[in-house]
This record gives sequence, C-alpha cells and structure tokens, in this order.
Amino acid sequence: MLTRSEALISLTNAGVQRGRQWLVRGVDLKVHPGEIVTLIGPNGSGKSTTAKMALGLLSLDEGARAQSDALVVGYVPQKLAIDWTLPLTVDRFMTLTGRVAADAVSAAMTATGVAHLWQADVCTLSGGEFQRVMLARAMARKPDLLVLDEPVQGVDFNGEIEIYELIQKIREDVGCGVLLISHDLHVVMAATDRVLCLNGHICCQGTPVAVASSVEYQRLFGLRSAQSLAVYQHHHDHTHMPDGRVRHADGSITDHCHPDDGSHDALPPADHVRSDSAPLAAGRPAGERPREDQDAG
Amino acid sequence: MLDDFFTRALLAGIGVALVAGPLGCIIVWRRLAYFGDTLSHAAVLGVALAIMLDANLTISVFVVAISVSCALLVLQRRGSVSSDSLLGLMAHSALALGLVVLSFLTWVRIDLMALLLGDILAVSVNDLIMIYLGGGLVLGVLAWIWRPLFAASLSPELAAAEGLAPERVNIIFMVLMALVIAMAMKIVGVLLITALLIMPAVTARRFAAGPEQMALLAVAIGILSVFGGLFGSLHWDTPTGPSIVVAGLVLFMLSMTPLGRRQAAVRSPKGE
Repeated sequence: MLTRSEALISLTNAGVQRGRQWLVRGVDLKVHPGEIVTLIGPNGSGKSTTAKMALGLLSLDEGARAQSDALVVGYVPQKLAIDWTLPLTVDRFMTLTGRVAADAVSAAMTATGVAHLWQADVCTLSGGEFQRVMLARAMARKPDLLVLDEPVQGVDFNGEIEIYELIQKIREDVGCGVLLISHDLHVVMAATDRVLCLNGHICCQGTPVAVASSVEYQRLFGLRSAQSLAVYQHHHDHTHMPDGRVRHADGSITDHCHPDDGSHDALPPADHVRSDSAPLAAGRPAGERPREDQDAG
Repeated sequence: MLDDFFTRALLAGIGVALVAGPLGCIIVWRRLAYFGDTLSHAAVLGVALAIMLDANLTISVFVVAISVSCALLVLQRRGSVSSDSLLGLMAHSALALGLVVLSFLTWVRIDLMALLLGDILAVSVNDLIMIYLGGGLVLGVLAWIWRPLFAASLSPELAAAEGLAPERVNIIFMVLMALVIAMAMKIVGVLLITALLIMPAVTARRFAAGPEQMALLAVAIGILSVFGGLFGSLHWDTPTGPSIVVAGLVLFMLSMTPLGRRQAAVRSPKGE
C-alpha cells in the first residue's frame, strides 16, 4: 500500500517541444494517493500536453518523469472517436484494456448513471452518455491514478455537478489520486485539493482557498470573491502569440516566457483577454449550456 | 481423402479463411487495406528472389513482406512523403522489381497467372500442413495479443496510458500479416489476397455487435466464400482464386440488401 508521502507520478521541470516551439515547459507536478490535482489554463496552454507527459505518452524533451511501481491508471482522454467499422457495445468497452470484475463494472456504471446502457452500441451514445461511459470504464479498473481530460464535456449542467461529486466520491472510496483537466473553473474548485494554472508553464498553483483569500485575488475580483467558485478567474500578464512568441504586459515581445513571469498583477483587465473567461464570470445559467453531441453516431 | 485435389483445395481454403477472418477485422478497423495490398504486391518480388536464390518460396515471400513493412515504418517516421503515396510507391516498385527480376531468369518458365491469381487446385499435402501449422501459430499469437491489439486499434493513447504496449503489439501484428500473405498467396494469388482478408470482415460488420463476434462471423463468411468459389469454379469452369473473391462479393452484396439491413437495425436499439 502506498503511503501518502509517495507520489503516484511526478514530473520534474518537464517540457515538450514541437519543432522549435515549446508546447509546455518547466512543469513540476506530483499527484499523491487520495489527492485531486486540477490543471486549468486557457486553450493551448499545455493542459492536455501536461497530462500526456504525466501518463508517459509523450517523451520529454527536458526534465524527468517518475511513477510508482505497478501503477494502475484509469484514463479518460479528451477525444475518443470510435469509428463505425469497430463494433463495440458498452459492456465490451468496459474491459477494453484489461479484465475487470463484473460487479465492479456494474457498480461503476450505476454510479455514473449509465447502467441501462450496458448493451448499447457505443456509436449510438450521445456525447454526454459517452462521457459517463468513459468515466465508468476508468472507474471500474479501480485505478491508483485517475487522469480525466475535460471529463464533463457534452454533459449538461446538472450532470456536470454530479460528475464532480462522483469524482470526489471515487477519491474517497478508492483512495486514488486524480489528475483533472478542466476549463470549467467555477464548478471544479469545490472538488479539488490543489490547482495548477498553466500558461505554457505553471503560472501559479496552490489550494483554492489560499488563492481565494489572497490579496491579488481580492483586488481582481472584489465583491465577486464571495462567489468563491470563480477562484481562478484571473488575468494573465502575458499573451502567447500564435507563432510561439510571448507579448508581455509592457508591450515587449520575447521568444518565450519564464516560470517566474507573474500572472496575478493588478493590471487592467484589458491587458489580457481570455476567450473563455467572460461567460464564466457572469455565472452561466443552467439552461444556457449548449449540448455538444458531436460524438453521437 | 487427401488424395482428391478438390478436397485439398477445400481444406486449404478453409485453413486460410480461419486466419483471414480475425486478421481481416483488424485490417478493417485500422484502415490498413492498402497496406495489405502493398505487402501482397511485394510478394512477387519474394517469389522472384526465391527462384533466383533457389530458396523456399513461402519463407522468401515472408522475408520480403517483413522487409517492406520495416522500410515503411522507417520512411513513415521521416515523414517527407505521405503514407498513402509511400504505400503506392512501395507496392508498385516491389511488383515491378519482381517482374523485372523474373524476366532475367530465362531458364525458368514461371506461370505468371498462377502467381498473380493463385492455384488452389495445385495445393499439395505439404502445403496443407504448412497452412494449418502456420495458421495455428498465427491464431495462437493473435489470441494472445487480441486485447491490446483491439484496444490499440481503438485508441493507441488510451492503450498506452493504461499500461498496454501498443508499439510492440503493432510490430507483432505486422509479422502475422506478412505470414498470412505468404500463406495465402498460393490460394488466391497476390492480386486478390487483400480481398480475401477484408471482404469477410466488411460483410461481418453489419451483423456483429462486438469485436469477437465480428471475427467469428468473418471466419464463417470466409469459409462460405471458399465453398461458393470452389464449387462455382467447378461448375462453370472459372479460375478458382477469382471465383472465391466473387463469391465473397456476392455475400457482401447480399448483406447490403434489406435482409441485411433489418438485421443491422435490430442490433442498434437507439437509432437516432
């Protein structure tokens, strides 16, 4: 049995390069048993890349990766397109990467609310149903480490809260570590122990509460900080441009940024515009969430 | 019983269909049909080299197919030519090279038609032993790597993340494919091997709910094609290899008719 001090996986100063451009670099990340670590950040900030580095799917161009022995991983990837040529029922999908006890499968499917779909063809599921099935599959493996890349995409608002509660419950029942990727900052905060905000590197990290009570946070959000769910609605002080260069707050442009470049500066909001921040700050009503059913066959 | 050439032909066809079913499913799932074509075209070069070096035909074809697969892997990693262009280039280069080498061997009169279209009626008892031993080996290995192979067909990343080794399994699969092509060449000839592999699998897809079911159905459909083709060629005096493929085509077309469609509709209760 792993003790709390042993990390399930750890990255040290890890980075991955595509061509001459760093997708992400300088990442220090540890996930311990029973801990939920959440990665957040704008599009293209290296969240999925970091998760793939942690899983060992990408070879590192710098830094190091370590994992504990005999680690059982449950992975919910961001995208999984299942072609029609592959006949696959939900119950066969459950045992895709290894044998799983039948009662573990039915327990996981009941917990995610897809028990009635066990005989359905995976191609016929809607986006939200498929997401729950993927979560159930990862759960049923009784993993030491659960890696969830945007697990609630395509799930409606109530289902989203349910799934985050479920992730907490899995953590309590199984005692596994969870690495969660999300851009739905407002809900995920309640269900996480530690947050890493990425922007090509780790731009800040800590417990949600610590950040919520920080001076920078108060200054940025003022009264809205009462809605402590929007903890990480801060503005970055530099922008990553499409060609990989970085524009800083003072208007200067450099080839790359450094982990010590700030991010919580009290700069005017216009300094840095995050495409996905506005609707979240306004508090999105439940009914307005668009359903993404792109996986439905 | 084995004295009868027709019985031997039937047994050989069944032996190949047993292996081609599951292997063909993987080829269909991974969209490797053109890769199979490339390997089988390369078989011509294998035959030419076997005659030139006076080596065993099946082994020579197998070695050439493996070499072509490895060359493909290396060239794909370099990434300067797109995969499909690369496959086309290698397929027809190997075919042309094989034919050129054959033309130099003036002292042998090679039956080009038999090479291209197969000669299942000339299968010997030794060939039969080879098919069933080789086929048993292929099926055994396939059963052993089936779960990771299927998982990696669906998503290599997911398979790798959860501790399977998709890279290793892919290499084993390529070796199996080269083996089956070397075995099947005698039956339907190099031009039609891919058809024997993918036709039963494609036909089976309509009626299958799961991957294992699809593999078994593909075996059954492959055996039906062999029977249909052999008896058809006996009855109408048509070339046997192509007749087997035509029988496969007829089965595929039958599966497209309303009869097949009704079956498929029953399988998916949630047709949105």
